Amino acid sequence: MPDMVTLSYPSPSSKPQQRQFNPYSENGGTILAISGADFSVIAGDTRQSEGYSIQTRYAPKVFRLTDNAVLAVNGFAADGNMFVKQVRQRLEWYRHAHAKDMPLRAIARLIQTMLYARRFFPYYVYNILGGIEEDGSGAVYSFDPVGSYERESCRAAGAAQSLVQPFLDNQIYFKNQVALPGHPHPQHLPLTTVIQLVIDSFTSATERHIEVGDGLEMFIVLAKGSPLYGLENIDGVQEMTVTNEGERIFVVRRNLKRD
Amino acid sequence: MDHFPTNWGRPRNDGFDAYGTYPIAQRPYNGLGNDVFSEGVQRTQQPIVTGTSVLAIKYKDGVMMSADNLASYGSLARFKDVQRLHPVGNNTIIGAGGDMSDFQYIQALLDDLMVEEFTEQDGHALGPGEIHEYLSQVMYARRSKMDPLWNSLIVGGVQDGKRFLSYVDLLGTTYSASTLATGYGSYIAQPLLRKAVEGNEDVITEEEAVKILEQSMKVLFYRDARSLNKYQIAKITGDGVAISESRSVDTHWSFADGIRGYGAQTQ
Amino acid sequence: MFRNTYDSDNTVFSPQGRLHQVEYALEAVKQGSAAVGLRSKTHSILLALKRSTGELASYQQKMFRIDDHVGIAIAGLTSDARVLSNFMRQQAMSSKMAFNRPVPVNRLVSAIADKAQVNTQEYGRRPYGVGFLVIGRDQSGPHLYEFSPSGNSYEYYAMSIGARSQSAKTYLEKHYESFADCSLEDLIKHGLHALRETLQQDKDLNVNNTSIGIVGAPSAHEKTTNVSFRILEGETIQPFLDTMVPKDAPAAAPAPPASADEDVQMAE
Repeated sequence: MPDMVTLSYPSPSSKPQQRQFNPYSENGGTILAISGADFSVIAGDTRQSEGYSIQTRYAPKVFRLTDNAVLAVNGFAADGNMFVKQVRQRLEWYRHAHAKDMPLRAIARLIQTMLYARRFFPYYVYNILGGIEEDGSGAVYSFDPVGSYERESCRAAGAAQSLVQPFLDNQIYFKNQVALPGHPHPQHLPLTTVIQLVIDSFTSATERHIEVGDGLEMFIVLAKGSPLYGLENIDGVQEMTVTNEGERIFVVRRNLKRD
Repeated sequence: MDHFPTNWGRPRNDGFDAYGTYPIAQRPYNGLGNDVFSEGVQRTQQPIVTGTSVLAIKYKDGVMMSADNLASYGSLARFKDVQRLHPVGNNTIIGAGGDMSDFQYIQALLDDLMVEEFTEQDGHALGPGEIHEYLSQVMYARRSKMDPLWNSLIVGGVQDGKRFLSYVDLLGTTYSASTLATGYGSYIAQPLLRKAVEGNEDVITEEEAVKILEQSMKVLFYRDARSLNKYQIAKITGDGVAISESRSVDTHWSFADGIRGYGAQTQ
Repeated sequence: MFRNTYDSDNTVFSPQGRLHQVEYALEAVKQGSAAVGLRSKTHSILLALKRSTGELASYQQKMFRIDDHVGIAIAGLTSDARVLSNFMRQQAMSSKMAFNRPVPVNRLVSAIADKAQVNTQEYGRRPYGVGFLVIGRDQSGPHLYEFSPSGNSYEYYAMSIGARSQSAKTYLEKHYESFADCSLEDLIKHGLHALRETLQQDKDLNVNNTSIGIVGAPSAHEKTTNVSFRILEGETIQPFLDTMVPKDAPAAAPAPPASADEDVQMAE
């Protein structure tokens, strides 16, 4: 007869388990969002890579959620796509229950809850949410992978965050710029300026970062009753608005260098 | 499971401490949690019998895919007549690299799914897009359980007159492009395929597509030590799927004689 | 109130081979206000009559959106309808999740019919007290189905359910052959005429008591480019009510389709 005591529960520490499967990867790319007084611009490049290999030149990282919310997702692409899919399902249930789209600040809190729910097996993604608040102001929310979030007026994330964010700090927040007497820095930049800043950010990041390039996809959300600010003259602009609630949503695509 | 026959069927368990003389922490235990799984279920931590690259391109009439017939056991060329291209329904083919037993499980899974779909008898069939989405969900769910299916899969087909070509792997990572390659092929063949195909998807004929893949398979056979000069080419067009018989390409190895590290020299 | 023997338990047949509880459930559908559904080659539509309990009360909801491509109109117990429509929404979403495919409408209807059938066979359950008209669009085009508590489901060119729905059915049977090639505006007009048949003499359809559900390209009266399922209520249905031939007027030839120069919301 074997010693029965040895048949007791194995204690958790007695058999260390080896796990060599790594469930994560990192798929490069960069995302960026800037808000204005009554608009918001959310952009991302379309390259997806792993290591030194380009997997595809077109994999969207920026997604229209509603007519007033756009979500950019960067990091581990499989987690990102699954996360967007789940956010969209939650928004659909909200639509069923309330017969309207979820407000932006509520989507932001929803995203934090969903991210934090996976605190101990996180979605390895950096999220930036852009759109229009219920008060009509343009807004950007940025998140870390486990759900910490804050509202900002501009944010870059992903592979070239360290290249783009300082540029934005200088151009949007006017960091290290001294205003001329009687000419204070503007609180909000006009849409055309913002779009140019976004394009410049991505062409620069493409020059200096190997994981950024191929294509730029830029969503522009306009508040209820906002003028087009010359958006209609931009090459290849395409309207994506679905509802008649008033907010309008546009997409602009640009080629980036493919090397 | 108690593996000690002397313990079986005993009306009284001598190990049972009826009077509580043991401290609780050391009390003998004969119940659940002590079976063959008690030390944890073994999960796939590495592939065992593996297939190498799969290549796929879009061309004028649809999608073409190729993979060789080898399943390796480490560096041993273990099985030399394995089909790594698998038709699913009437307008989809999946090609697999990675663990071949996991791939066979996936084949069984998809075949069951197609039978279920068929028995609905309502004219709604699963196309390559649906099959790829389903596969992605399966692959991602398994990676999230830390129990991955160790494969890189390419799904190709034609749906509503449009070409479909997409990738999914053991992490659940997905992407689409007009040329795709898994494994070693993603380093060696992918640049060749992109050069030949990108921008020409609508003009490449079937013969040209076959040539592009043949050329790439040849280069892979020269450079990939886990490859075999015996492969198949599959095409998916609006008319359905067709997988070729196994074939080979002419290769010449005389050059290798003079190259250190390529031929038989050891010094 | 009539009463049968063999009716206290829905799993027990009467000697005539009937399940009385199931038949009572079908009566519950007839208590609800009417709903009408029609189908053309391009559209499926629903029209429903909303009741209110009085001047002070709101009108009850008669239509539910299930997914972008599916919607239902109900007659009977609204609470049962909510349970079933929630189930349909789950089915639709799991199809999107697993296959990225809008669920085929016939499978959605079969799924709730199977649920309803279980309730007619298992001890201790009761049948659902609600009937549906389900419209939707999938790979095989626009569809219209009827679902009933007996667990049956059928596909139709046109159908009506609910109180006095036989009058609407009579209208539909008279005109259904023309529906396939109808424009959306004409289809809605036929639907309104059919729905009007279910009203009492002194009542008429108005913007408060009528709901219209549409799947397919929008009409010129709608300010949208949306082809998904949508429910029109309130002032938005006035242009459609205006196309109706007044009740006592002699039956005129069908009105010409709405003029093309109707206001369309243009991008600024």
